[in-house]
Amino acid sequence: MKIPYYPGCTLSTKAKGYDRSGRAVAAALGMELVELPDWQCCGATFPLATDNSMALIAPTRVLYQAEQAGEQVAALCAICYHVLKRTQTALERDPAMRERINWFTEQGYEGRVRVVHLLELLRDYLGWAELARRVVRPLTGLRVAPYYGCLLLRPYDEIGLDNPEAPTILHDLIRAVGAEPVDFPFSIECCGSYLTVKDPTVSETLSREIVASARAAGAQVLVTACPLCQFNLEWPQRETAFGRTGDEIPVLYFTQLMAVALGLPEEDWGIEGMYTDPYPLLRNVVQAVESV
Amino acid sequence: MRTTISVAKLRSQFVRDVEEISGEDLLACNQCGKCSAGCPVAAAMDMLPSQVIRMAQLGMTEVLQSRTIWICASCLTCVARCPKGVDLPRLMEALREISLRSGASEIDLDRLPPDLVRELPQLAIVGGFRKYIK
Repeated sequence: MKIPYYPGCTLSTKAKGYDRSGRAVAAALGMELVELPDWQCCGATFPLATDNSMALIAPTRVLYQAEQAGEQVAALCAICYHVLKRTQTALERDPAMRERINWFTEQGYEGRVRVVHLLELLRDYLGWAELARRVVRPLTGLRVAPYYGCLLLRPYDEIGLDNPEAPTILHDLIRAVGAEPVDFPFSIECCGSYLTVKDPTVSETLSREIVASARAAGAQVLVTACPLCQFNLEWPQRETAFGRTGDEIPVLYFTQLMAVALGLPEEDWGIEGMYTDPYPLLRNVVQAVESV
Repeated sequence: MRTTISVAKLRSQFVRDVEEISGEDLLACNQCGKCSAGCPVAAAMDMLPSQVIRMAQLGMTEVLQSRTIWICASCLTCVARCPKGVDLPRLMEALREISLRSGASEIDLDRLPPDLVRELPQLAIVGGFRKYIK
């Protein structure tokens, strides 16, 4: 199955490893992510002011491009997904606004395209049992903390991916690849998002709490679907002039965990630009599986 | 803090602007405080989220001086929990917009650590600039 795919700005630059591992695991599971031609930035924020229709123009252009490519468009970046899905919902509920944007962009977005996250395709199209069947290196014994963050889940009546207070989609994925999901109280707490460009100390404090909470619950690795969460949770764990603390927990994309479990070669794991080193942990897991 | 409540303030242009930009009914909030209880950034705020709504209800334009409206990261935890269905991040955005539209700007790139600026992911820069600069 071919699925139109919107990578977004960060997956083409800072989070290339998420893009690489995402495309690789989708392909390994029979879903080819086909990048939209000539896509542009979604704007990275959904406008919360009712009179800010300007900020709907960029995501509507993306939706229009997607509509030319097919019935659905898949995203990996949780923020792109959030912005595109909310724009899809907003224009569905407000046809007059859709007309207004179309008048401005001189493009006829009709509102037919459905924005989906790769997690949704895995759950609803492939199914967890089928994913588990495709696993060649079960990550037995690996304790993984699922970190959902905010924008993948909320607001529920516009996103509707999973329960906004007690989500399970990442838990189910972790189980399907043979690892053990670790519950921790900060699983759906905010990492500080783009506060990191305004008050970095605030987002660092929040992120340190999240990582410490996962560590206290016994996790060896965190997984997320958001490149901003990934950065915010990893950045405070970077090596500084004082060296390292030695209790770092790598923050991986769920696709990277899947790439290991599906037996893909290391270059498809897409491990790059991280501030912690996940290789010792992942290679240990692989070695343990292969020595059995 | 002492303040004078008057009909003129309760029905001021400021209150109308906040409600129009946010699309929310300020008086729907009955001050239960659930938003403040669950807010992950409350510790960094000078005023709790529920206090921000209370001040806006009373037409107190001083609320625009609060750091809280800039610390709110629109994580939407309060939206998921508000028993009255108030979309508080929309109210916060309205207060930010009122400030930004009168010329305020909230990012000072020179104050950011250079090693951080080099490493920031693109969406943080795009999103942050759209949130904090007009």
